[in-house]
Amino acid sequence: MPRELWEGNEAIAEAAVRAGVEAYFGYPITPQNEVLEYMSHRLPELGRAFVQAESEPAAINMVYGAACTGARVMTSSSSPGISLMQEGLSYIAGTEVPMVLVDVMRGGPGLGNIAPSQGDYAQICHGGGHGDYHPIVLAPASIQEAVDLMPTAFELAHKYRNICTILIDGSIGQMREPVQLPEMQPVVRKEYDWATSGAIGRPRRILSSIYLDVPTEERINLRILSRWKEAEKNEIRFREYYVEDAEYVIIGFGTAGRVALSSVRAARAQGIKVGLFRPISVNPYPYKRVEELCKQVKSFLVVEMNTGQMLKDVQRAVRNRIPIRFYGRLGGVVPFPDELTREIHEMVKNPSKPEDDPADLWYQRMMAR
Amino acid sequence: MVATAIINPENLVYARPIGLTETPSHYCPGCTHGTAHRLVAEVLQEMNMLDHAIGVAPVGCAVFAYNYIDTDFVEAAHGRAPAMATGIKRVFPDRIVFTYQGDGDLASIGMAETVHAAARGENITIIFINNAIYGMTGGQMAPTTLPGMKTTSSPHGRDVEAQGFPIRMAEMLATLDGAGYIVRRSLHDPANIRKAKKAIRTAFETQLHGLGFSMVELLSTCNTGWGVTPVESLTWLEEHMIPAFPLGDYKIAPSVATLKI
Repeated sequence: MPRELWEGNEAIAEAAVRAGVEAYFGYPITPQNEVLEYMSHRLPELGRAFVQAESEPAAINMVYGAACTGARVMTSSSSPGISLMQEGLSYIAGTEVPMVLVDVMRGGPGLGNIAPSQGDYAQICHGGGHGDYHPIVLAPASIQEAVDLMPTAFELAHKYRNICTILIDGSIGQMREPVQLPEMQPVVRKEYDWATSGAIGRPRRILSSIYLDVPTEERINLRILSRWKEAEKNEIRFREYYVEDAEYVIIGFGTAGRVALSSVRAARAQGIKVGLFRPISVNPYPYKRVEELCKQVKSFLVVEMNTGQMLKDVQRAVRNRIPIRFYGRLGGVVPFPDELTREIHEMVKNPSKPEDDPADLWYQRMMAR
Repeated sequence: MVATAIINPENLVYARPIGLTETPSHYCPGCTHGTAHRLVAEVLQEMNMLDHAIGVAPVGCAVFAYNYIDTDFVEAAHGRAPAMATGIKRVFPDRIVFTYQGDGDLASIGMAETVHAAARGENITIIFINNAIYGMTGGQMAPTTLPGMKTTSSPHGRDVEAQGFPIRMAEMLATLDGAGYIVRRSLHDPANIRKAKKAIRTAFETQLHGLGFSMVELLSTCNTGWGVTPVESLTWLEEHMIPAFPLGDYKIAPSVATLKI
């Protein structure tokens, strides 16, 4: 396959098409409109289903219905729209049906703005809808990586009967860069023993998320948890850059991680042995690898486009063994590499203590600016 | 002695249709949900479509509709059944996809999903149970509660100044071009039940022929929520609900009118 210049949102849509998505249901919201627009012509021309829903709640519930048939199905949205979908996501998780969600994050809270942000991390990975469930979340840092992860997202969703979310921000959604798209896969309609597509030649089936019998509901919760435990074991993904001899490591996902790579190179040129750890599966999170790195490095610098949502996951792995410095930009501000290079120098020059609260120290620095 | 003499195959004129499972009902004695379930099951059985149908259950008293109607079933979030049905139908267009929803589910929290499914001409069928009250949650005011009607959240009777007016869904949806078949029937006596059954058949045929959105609104009772006996509830329906929600055909698209059933 040749490398072609693609916009992120459109490339993701085409990658989903090539991964065999059978149905897309969505609602316009910036900065992900191009996914919807692309699907509106591409899916009908292939004889597949596209509906522009009347709202995000309707879109996610159309996805819910289609997911119950066992088809590969997806939606995409951006932060405020994702909030509106949380009801449906909880039902989908509770019914144990597979779907792919693309969240192209924008500045928030509230209506916020349409600039890139990472403010949905906690909602997407650890929160969102009601009840106990754990979606698989993949956070690519480039269009190529997003495109490569699309077939994986569908495979994981169906393997674990779970939600698989591709978590990106508006910059990855709307930038253009050269990408190599995956090969076109045929639509394969698998015969699942749980899918409700009409009881032709088999006993009828019911898909529901209601279990009035309390011990049964507990058993279902444990069944959902057991699939999650499998995912935790098998689906850890991350990338490391210059980590082998690193004395310091930056941790950042998505765009923040990508910007950090430039800073790592700059700091290396200035003689600091720093590397980059970029989690790709942010749920399940690569806790074990972060824990291992604690033994190797003097300190971590966590960089995010939020107030330190992933930082909590890093802290869970580090458990005060080494100091962590935090740097966050908010509300749609994307950090420049220079800023992060400065942060690396500060981390080396003025090391904090392992027991310090990195988010609080960062907050004080921000307020003093 | 008498019973044994009567119950023998020669005298059998009424039995459980195979489209209904042999499950004890959770509905209150006297409630018309049982009648509506039976009609849906009989029609699907007569069309030989039980194995080609997928039901979407609502949130409300009929949340467990799937325990009784013997087809594949999914259980929707409150009000979202038409959206869920849309998702299923778009992936499996040759199946009969129907929702079964009460007035709170369809006309309150699910109003947007209902209106837009109709506007899209979505080839799905809605069986709409209108009993003018929230049954499952204990008898609160519904969007179809009549003016002056007492409920647990309009204890002095629905005051239209403060609580607004009932919504006539069949009339409203009939204004949409995507609607193929919109009628209102009642379940208060055998003659009307027979008409209701025919309407359900027409609605499913409308869907099978791809003629657009179909809805059969069924005026129903809630003797528990209304605080009357089952027999009184049937009379109350006839005397109070039918004047407020007139029975009739609100939209029969020309293509639907040509269907031979």
